[in-house]
Amino acid sequence: MQDVLTIGGRELTSRLFLGTGKFAANKLIPEVVKAAGVQVVTVALRRVDPEYEEENIAAYVPRDCILMPNTSGARNAQEAVRIARLARAAGCGNWVKIEVITDNRYLLPDNYETIKATEILAAEGFVVLPYMSPDLMVAKKLVEAGAAAVMPLGAPIGSNRGLKTKELVRILIEEIPLPVIVDAGLGRPSEAAEAMEMGAAAVLVNTAIATARDPIAMARAFGLAVEAGRQAYLAGLGETTVYARASSPLTGFLRD
Amino acid sequence: MSFYEERQRYNHFDFESYFEQITDADIEKIIGKSRLTEWDYLALLSPRAEKYLEEMAQKAHRLTVQHFGRVILLYTPLYLANYCINRCVYCGFQVLNNIERKKLNLTELAREAEIIAATGLKHILILTGESRRESPVSYLRACVDVLRKYFTSISIEVYPLQEEEYAELISAGVDGLTIYQEVYDEEVYAQLHPAGPKRNYRFRLEAPERACRAGMRAVNVGALLGLNSWRTEAFFTGLHANYLQNTFPEIEVSISPPRLRPSPGGFQPRVEVSDKNLVQYILAFRLFMPRGGITISTRERAELRDHLVRLGVTKMSAGSCTAVGGRSGHDSTGQFEISDERNVPEIARMIYAQGYQPVYKDWQVL
Ligand code: SF4
Repeated sequence: MQDVLTIGGRELTSRLFLGTGKFAANKLIPEVVKAAGVQVVTVALRRVDPEYEEENIAAYVPRDCILMPNTSGARNAQEAVRIARLARAAGCGNWVKIEVITDNRYLLPDNYETIKATEILAAEGFVVLPYMSPDLMVAKKLVEAGAAAVMPLGAPIGSNRGLKTKELVRILIEEIPLPVIVDAGLGRPSEAAEAMEMGAAAVLVNTAIATARDPIAMARAFGLAVEAGRQAYLAGLGETTVYARASSPLTGFLRD
Repeated sequence: MSFYEERQRYNHFDFESYFEQITDADIEKIIGKSRLTEWDYLALLSPRAEKYLEEMAQKAHRLTVQHFGRVILLYTPLYLANYCINRCVYCGFQVLNNIERKKLNLTELAREAEIIAATGLKHILILTGESRRESPVSYLRACVDVLRKYFTSISIEVYPLQEEEYAELISAGVDGLTIYQEVYDEEVYAQLHPAGPKRNYRFRLEAPERACRAGMRAVNVGALLGLNSWRTEAFFTGLHANYLQNTFPEIEVSISPPRLRPSPGGFQPRVEVSDKNLVQYILAFRLFMPRGGITISTRERAELRDHLVRLGVTKMSAGSCTAVGGRSGHDSTGQFEISDERNVPEIARMIYAQGYQPVYKDWQVL
C-alpha cells in the first residue's frame, strides 16, 4: 500500500516541502524540485511578480507542484489575510502558509496573530498551514481554527541548528490530529530524518538546500533522508529502554 | 528613551583610549561570539581589527547567506525636485549653489516611472531637497499616487517629517524611509549645516522613530562618510540601527555607508575613507547585526560593488541618476556624481556572475 499524506484533499507522496527564498538563481528551483521529488513548494507572495515573467519566482515552480504562497512580511493577522487574498487573486491557488513575524531579530512567529489569521482564512476556504512556535495549546487552537496542518519550527529560520524543539514537536505529534510539518531550522539531512522518525508528517527546508555548495545534490540528500526517516517511522522503531533486554528472556518459562 | 538621549550617553566617551586598549585576543574572541555587544562592535571598528578583515569577511559572508540567502534586492533612486533651502556645505543642491532648479510635474513623473518600470524594478526611492514650499507633503503624496501604478514598494528620502505626516504618506502607499543623519557628532553637525531647518540635529535624528511609530515598514539610516571620523560615525550608525530594531522589533532595519562624492560646489571630504575602511565598517556591522540590511549605492565604483556582493550587502541601487528628470532626457545638474554607471541588466548580470540572484520585487504595499 502506498504511503500518502493527504492535506486539503490533495494526496502527496513526497514529504519534503521546499522553500524558495534564498536561491542564487530561480532557474535552480525546477532542478532542485526534480532532484528531491518535491511536490509542495512555498513562495513568498512578496517575491511574486506576475508582470515580469523572466524574474517571477512563481513561474519557476513546475506546474505539477502545489504552489503554496506564504505571507512572509506580514506583521499581524490582518496583513497575513490581505496577502493570502492577493495571492489567491493572483492565481496562486488556495493553499497558504501563514507566516506572521513581529520580531526581525530571530524571525520567531507570533502565535497569537497566526491563530487569528488561520481562523479567518480557513473560513474563506483556504487550505491553511500555519508556521508556529511549537506550543500545544496554540496547536489545539489552530486545529479549532481550521488549519489543514501545523508547522512548528525546529529552530529559528535560517539558523541550521536542527531540531532544537524536539520535545515540544514530539508532543504535538502525539496530541494533534493534524499533520505536523517541521518547518525552519533543519540544517542537515540527518535532522530531517530524525523529525520523520519521530512521526512528523513532512518537513520544509529552504536555507540548508538553497545555500549548500551544491543545492541539487543537497536536495537529493534531503529527499533520501526524509524517505529513510519515514520508512523507519512506519517500520516501528524499537523502543529504547534503560535495562538491557535479552533476546532469550530468562523468565520465558513462566506460564500464567 | 529616544535615540537622542541614548546618543548623549557617549558624549564624553574617549574613543581613542578605548581603541588603544583593544588587543588581538579581544578581536579574536569577538569574531568567535554569536552575539555581539555594542562594545564588541566598536572593537571591530578599531584600527586593531584591521588585520582581521579576512576572518571577519568569512564570518560576515556566512551570516549573510544564512539569513538572506544568495539574493540582492535592487532599487533605484528617483529625484523629484532639487529645490532646497538648506546650506549643507557638502551638497550640490544647497541653496547658494547656482544650479538650475527643477521639480517634476506629475506627467513628467509618470514618464520617468515608465522608463524605470520597463527595466523590471519594483522598488523605488524618491528624493527631494528640503523645501516645504516647492515639495510639500501634499506634493509627495500626489507623486506616490502616480508611482503606485508602477512600483510595489515606495521609499522616501526627503526632509524629516512629523509623525502625522509620515502616517499620511504611509497610508498613501509609502513603506520605507531612508534618512541619513549625515554626521552623528552634534558639534560637527552644526559646522556643516550653517543655515536652514536642517540645523535641527535632534529633529532629524529622531525622524526614524517618528516614522516607525507611524507604522513605517522599513527604515534605512546612515552617516555620510567623509564628514568626520568614520569609526565613530559607523559606531553611531550601528547603535542607531540597533536602537530602532530593539524599540520597533517588527521593522526591517538597514544601514547605508555612503561615501562623499564630487558634487557641484566642490566640497572636499574632511576625512578620507578608504575602500578598506568601508569594508571594515560593513563587516563589523554584519557581525553586530546579522539580520540588518546593508545598502550600497552607485556612489561606489563598479569593481568595488562587485566585490561587496559577497561581504554582507543586501541591497543595491542600479541604473541610478541623481538629476531631476534625468532619465527622460531633462538635462539638469545631479546632486553628486555617480560612480557605477551600469544599467539594470548589466548590474543583474554582474550579480548572477557572483553567484547571487538580483531581486526586483521583495514587497508590495497591501
Ligand atoms: S543635503 Fe539635502 S538638505 Fe542638504 S542641501 Fe542637499 S538637498 Fe538640501
